[in-house]
This record gives sequence, C-alpha cells and structure tokens, in this order.
Amino acid sequence: MLILGCGNRDRGDDAAGVLVAERLWVLGLDAQICSGQALELIDAWNGTDDVIIVDAVMTGGPAGKVWLWEGEQLPLPETLSLSTHGFGVAEAIRLARALDRLPKRLRVFAIEGSRFELGSTLSPEVMCAVKEVVAHITKALETAVPF
Amino acid sequence: MTGRGTRTIRVDTLARVEGEGSLYIKLVGERVADVKLKIYEPPRLFEAFLRGRHFSEAADITARICGICPIAYQMSAVHAIERALGVRIDPMVRLLRRLFYCGEWIESHALHVYMLHAPDFLGYPDAIAMAADHRAVVERALRLKKIGNRIVQLLGGREIHPVSAAVGGFYKVPTQQQLNELVGDLEWALEASLETVRWTASLEFPNFEQDYEFVALRHPDEYPFNEGRLVSNRGLDIDAAEYEDHFVELHVKHSNALHSVVRGRGSYLVGPLARFNLNFDKLPDVARNVALEVGLRPPVRNLFRSIEVRAVELVFACAEALRVIREYEPPALPRAEVPNRTGVGQAITEAPRGILYHRYALDEKGLIVAARIVPPTSQNLHQIEDDLREYAARLVAWPLEEATWKCEQAVRSYDPCISCATHALRVVIERE
Repeated sequence: MLILGCGNRDRGDDAAGVLVAERLWVLGLDAQICSGQALELIDAWNGTDDVIIVDAVMTGGPAGKVWLWEGEQLPLPETLSLSTHGFGVAEAIRLARALDRLPKRLRVFAIEGSRFELGSTLSPEVMCAVKEVVAHITKALETAVPF
Repeated sequence: MTGRGTRTIRVDTLARVEGEGSLYIKLVGERVADVKLKIYEPPRLFEAFLRGRHFSEAADITARICGICPIAYQMSAVHAIERALGVRIDPMVRLLRRLFYCGEWIESHALHVYMLHAPDFLGYPDAIAMAADHRAVVERALRLKKIGNRIVQLLGGREIHPVSAAVGGFYKVPTQQQLNELVGDLEWALEASLETVRWTASLEFPNFEQDYEFVALRHPDEYPFNEGRLVSNRGLDIDAAEYEDHFVELHVKHSNALHSVVRGRGSYLVGPLARFNLNFDKLPDVARNVALEVGLRPPVRNLFRSIEVRAVELVFACAEALRVIREYEPPALPRAEVPNRTGVGQAITEAPRGILYHRYALDEKGLIVAARIVPPTSQNLHQIEDDLREYAARLVAWPLEEATWKCEQAVRSYDPCISCATHALRVVIERE
C-alpha cells in the first residue's frame, strides 16, 4: 500500500496531507509527500495496486471533517480540487482513468480545511483530523495483517 | 444580446496558461476598440527580497519565481553574478548547465505542446478530454515530460525548484555512469520528439502572419541557452550589459506585470519562434532536417505555428542532451572558488518561453544591493495585445463564442507564464 500526502506545508490547513504522510512514514509505512500535481501523482502510483491519497479540501463543510471517497464514488467532483496549479488530485484521477492507469484500489481521504493563506498555521480542528486519519490508516492495516 | 454595436470578448480566467490573467476585447462595429490582457496575479516583489542577501542565495530565491522554469532563473542568476565577480567556470560545468537546460526545455515544451496547446487545435476543452480519444499521444507526452524531469532531478537534486545550481558551478555533479543511464530514455525521447514534430505539422493553423521583431540570443557555435549576444531581425546586436539601454519596462494600469518594449520601436517577440528564426543555422541536423521535412523554414511569422517550433526545439533538446552526455567528464572541482567583492553583472539566458534578463549589483561582502529581473512573459505581453488587436479584427464577423476560443488559442500560442497555472475557465460574451 502506498500513501500519498498532498499539499503545501506553508499554507495552513493545506499541510494536512503532508503531515499525515510524514507521520505514517515515521511509523514505517510506504508514504510519500506530493505537491498534488496530476502528472506527479500518476507517476507516483505507477505499478502500485493499493493507493491512499490524503489531501485538504474546502467544500464549505466544518473544518476538520474527514471525507472518504472510494471506488465508484471516484473521480472526485472538480470543485474539490484545491491545487493552485489547477491540475490536481481530481484531474489526476480523471486522466488516469482515461489512460487506464488507475490503481486497482484507490481511496481518497479529504480533510476539510478552513485557512489556506501563505504562512498561516494549521487549525486545531485539522490537527485533530490529521491524527484521526493516521489512526484510521494504521488501524486498517492492522486488520489487514493477521498477526 | 445581439447587434452591430459594441461587442465584448471576455475571458475572465484564462485556462491552460501558467498563472492568473483574463482577456478583454471590445469590438465597436467592425473596429477593435480595446484589448487588455489583464494580469491580476499580485506583484511578487522578488527584486526587493534579494536586496541584502548574499549572492550565493540568488539562484535558490529566484528559482521560486516559477515551478515550470526554475532552471532559467537559476541560470540567469548564476551567470549574471559570475560576470559581476569575474568568475570563470569549468568547460564541463558549462556542458552540464546546457544539459540542465535541456531537461527544463523537454519538461516545459512537452507539457505545453501536448497538454496545454494541442487541445485547442483538436477541439477539446482540456488534455483530459483529449486523452480519451488520443491516448497514445497523451502517453507520449507524459513519458517525454518524465524524461525531462529525470534530467532535472539528477542535476538539480529534485524535480521542482532544484537546489544544486551554484555560482561557479554546481554543489554536486553527476558521475559519467549516472548520465549514461539517461541515454536509453533520451534516445526514445529523440524519436518521440521527431514524431511530435510530424504530429504537430498535421494540425490546422489559422493563417495569421505578423511582421514581428524577433529577439533572441545568438551564439557563434550553438543553438542558444546561456550565452550569446542579444540580436533581432531589425538590427539589434548587443551584449547583455547593454540590455537596459535598449529595452524599457512600462507600467500599464490593467496589469500587475510590466510590459517591456524596445526603446523607440515598441513590442517585440521572444521565445521559440524568435530563437528558431534567428538561429535556424545553429540547429543540429536532426532538428533542422525534420523542420524542413514539415515545411518549417525561417522566417516563421505565424504565431500559431509555434507549437511546431516547440516540437522542433524538443528534438534539439534531446539531441543536445545526448551530445553533452557523450562529451562529459566530471570536472576537477564541481564549482569554482568565488570571492566576495563589489561588482555589477548582467546575464540573459533562454528560458523555454524566451529571454530572461537578470542584473545584480554586489557590495564588498558579496551582498546584493540591487537586482533586476525581466521575465520572458512580460517581454511578450505588449506583443500579445498587439496581436490580439490584429487578430480580433479578422474575427468580427465570427460568432462570439468561436471568436473567443480563437483569441484564447492565440494567447496560449505564447505559452504565457503568469506564474502558476489556473484551471477554471469562465467565458462571458456580451453584445450590444
């Protein structure tokens, strides 16, 4: 399983995915930090069957809410894309689908953020959500491994 | 609203360009009354950030100006500072810098030709929609871009905002073996680039030729990257140190980017068309021959054919990368010793989108007391507006939706790099 944490650590809650990836990497999991650009993502998951993407979103929901998209729920609505480059996670999934390069299993954890200004800090709600997603992913792994 | 009075072509957010800008064209009857390429992305003040910093930081600070062409900023910065301090670089460092630039050109041109510009010619809103029908083409683009990324990562330490370029050389240089490992990929990329030229030649180009002043570097022996005199087809032939005597930046009310003009003449064109037209004889045979094969020979005055010229430059970049790898031997020292002292130095290098000018003035401690940066897109902005004035006049009889699409396509032909790409496109068309 590969975990790709997307975002920008200098833009407040946009750091959520990066922090999740860092914590999972420390725990010994195969986790990488990505800027979240579509081509980078497609490249990163090349050859991997089971991929988890973690990214911040802004849908208008309460800060810290965690969304999970999987399987038929993908691709994500374009409005969820937070990439400043305009060619982000949602586009990566659409493009990979067109090119038949989607991993067999792809899950997207999206953490609702509230502040994304350059130089701002992480909101406390998103900090809690980061811990929640880390716990969820590690727990899911425990059940997958029978010892 | 319909009628023959005032009509407005308006693109509030230009898509498939690097950065945030909008387009506004006002048509009154058969006349184009106003053209504004509005750059509303905020000013970024990099020249001020540099003041008080040591010269060794300039390459890394200015690389942050652009995620697509950071190497151009690094190269203009280190060359300008080396000129200010009288530093001579090892011939192998010079070669490696050419390879570094090849990587950036491959990344940038593959991205623009296939992912940003081709959808215009094939009638798709974006590359994702195009991928459904042209899968092999998009796969080729992704692999080409990745090969460019590999070069940048190897020489620069990472793919985006590389960290290895230094005044005097590199912080770390690759081994011959590491470069040799790129050969297989680059040989594939060369063939793929030749296919790219032939593929772009099959596209349909609007017939729109203008009498441009083309401005590019020209070097006696090679297609230009980091060195050469700045020349034009109207007699300009200057050293980088004379740049500010001949070019002026103007502030226009509707744009946060300055407009650059040739003093006494006006707008001018930089980028692939200018380089190709002024340096056709310096292209390696493989690139020149494929250009001739598809009917491209200088002067190419049709802006829309810049997609073909970018493809020819992809061929050049792959062939040049292979040449550098054949000739490379690791330098005795990765970088020259560089003293702290006062000096002023200017340099111009060829970013994928055209010439990038840097000037630095340094004090006795090597701190930057003044910096000036003129990026390629601000040099093209005045020309883009001039082009749109001419081009929109030919489209007055067209339905506004199609005219808007065509004008956007014209802007994208420049591959404008406003700073980082936008995606959402909202087109508002008004008729009175």
